[in-house]
Amino acid sequence: MTDRLPGFATLAIHAGAQPDPTTGARATPIYQTTSFVFNDADHAASLFGLQAFGNIYTRLGNPTNAVLEERVAALEGGTAALAVASGHAAQVVTFQALLQPGDEFIAARQLYGGSINQFTHTFKSFGWNVVWADADDIATFERAVSPRTKAIFIESLANPGGSVTDIEAISAIARKAGVPLIVDNTLASPYLIRPIDHGADIVLHSATKFLGGHGNSIGGVIVDAGTFDWSRDNKYPILSEPRPEYHGIKLQETFGNFAFAIACRVIGLRDLGPALSPFNAFMILTGIETLPLRMQRHCDNAKAVAEWLSNHPAVAAVNYSGLPGNRYNNLARKYSPKGAGAVFTFSLKGGYDAGVDLVSNLKLFSHLANVGDTRSLVIHPASTTHSQLTDDAKTKAGAGPDIVRVSIGLEDKEDIIADLDQALRA
Amino acid sequence: MNHDTYDDSYIREILNGVKTIAMVGASPVNVRPSYFAFKYLAQRGYDMIPVNPGQVGKSLVGKPFVASLRDIDRPIDMVDIFRNSEAALPLVEEALALNPLPKVIWMQLGVRNDEAAAKAEAAGLKVVMNRCPKIEYGRLSSEISWMGVNSRTLSSKRAPVPTQGMRLSLNRVSVGGGGTNAADRAARNKNDPA
Repeated sequence: MTDRLPGFATLAIHAGAQPDPTTGARATPIYQTTSFVFNDADHAASLFGLQAFGNIYTRLGNPTNAVLEERVAALEGGTAALAVASGHAAQVVTFQALLQPGDEFIAARQLYGGSINQFTHTFKSFGWNVVWADADDIATFERAVSPRTKAIFIESLANPGGSVTDIEAISAIARKAGVPLIVDNTLASPYLIRPIDHGADIVLHSATKFLGGHGNSIGGVIVDAGTFDWSRDNKYPILSEPRPEYHGIKLQETFGNFAFAIACRVIGLRDLGPALSPFNAFMILTGIETLPLRMQRHCDNAKAVAEWLSNHPAVAAVNYSGLPGNRYNNLARKYSPKGAGAVFTFSLKGGYDAGVDLVSNLKLFSHLANVGDTRSLVIHPASTTHSQLTDDAKTKAGAGPDIVRVSIGLEDKEDIIADLDQALRA
Repeated sequence: MNHDTYDDSYIREILNGVKTIAMVGASPVNVRPSYFAFKYLAQRGYDMIPVNPGQVGKSLVGKPFVASLRDIDRPIDMVDIFRNSEAALPLVEEALALNPLPKVIWMQLGVRNDEAAAKAEAAGLKVVMNRCPKIEYGRLSSEISWMGVNSRTLSSKRAPVPTQGMRLSLNRVSVGGGGTNAADRAARNKNDPA
């Protein structure tokens, strides 16, 4: 008998969660505790030696967080996941498991400004060297590969330019280079795009955005696709070589196709320390239960707003891949057929000053540095999220001086449009 | 049968059905995967027998080592092979000489021998390759969920509090969650590195 496969909405509600063993509580409890008692000395030793399933200390794992981890792994089609304190923490922990000082990774220029900063400056102090490529010119990835390359990093839907990345084409380059493809799937969420189905080996999230979806909790998730053989050559010693602190255990040999998630937990999370609060895990889990409903409404609203803006006389250009004629429209139809997300940019004929005026005239939109909230949000990236980049890098990242970024919320679309209308008239 | 992927129902039937398991290549060294798979399965109520000719006279979590499958004094349901892939064929031949025959040949994570599998299947045995019974038991019972692993199962029933020796229910609802797509690709990558 072949096992039946429930759909995405069922997984969004049920995956990872089960009524509490002791109380029968149906909602996932918030296990707000630092530590967990051991049954006896042998049990304690088994847990510390990675020999038994169970809880030790919330920096290493927590039952509320574990539900979030399994749920995101299920939605993304991965073998396991690890919840961490933020999307940035997810990136540090991921690269720490892959890179030694002096190693390189290739990243698309079309990234969230905070990631560009983290890769350019802080990672350099660890001896991790980013080599930039252009997601609009796939050959640049192939040319960037060197013997020191250990990974390729892209966003599925890129922030803020509204571009859609050809995941399968870049996956083929990663495969040929013998390195894992890491995809930041924050802006799409697994409801729109499941990068593992297109060749990703690791998927990262800022769960702060659409997964949580309510603008109330910072969090990050690392998903292990279980697709990469870490022991084929000696490029990833953390996964393939004996770990001295765990008495010589080899992680891939022991944990098979979820060894990467385990490595991130028992090395990166343990030693770098960015544990997620169980309370935040609970808030994000609650958000995920409605992810399919919210994400579809986000996309439908965003499309209506983008269409309205593209017909407005004060608007110079709308960069939304869901619009026919957009340079990414074909990629959006292929990778994200249910909708092109809720984050996009546009520019005004009045340039920088008109953009700044628009932001200050809006009454329903909130001016803040986040995306993926129930509320509609607006920001001027050149002076905020991307302000630390050079002018050239701003333009390449789709955050030139005349660009306004919006994250369309779940309000009535007529009200969102009316707010933009009055702000553009003012 | 196809040994790249297994339906949960196939694995579940095996783990629910077997009681006595001989683990060939079990190590008394407590940091080896075979040691903690052995210990876990014993804790979950299986009658475990460690097989390792170099360790006769010693015991593993209280169970005395035997030198070979022939030296086991009772019928065994499953042979779990914790050796390299080449060693699997002679071990299967040894298992097929037992009377009564075991019901299942299980080859550990990283161990695959299609010739040995075909021989065992021709004799009516079920075969699992390149999987760990501890991981599969932990997955189907969802005990492995403590580690953020995708169990690919669901249940709306209250979970048990696992205690020493407790057999856990493996009869949760299996879900795809797309997880099998990735697992398929992993198997293909392993067999055919780019």
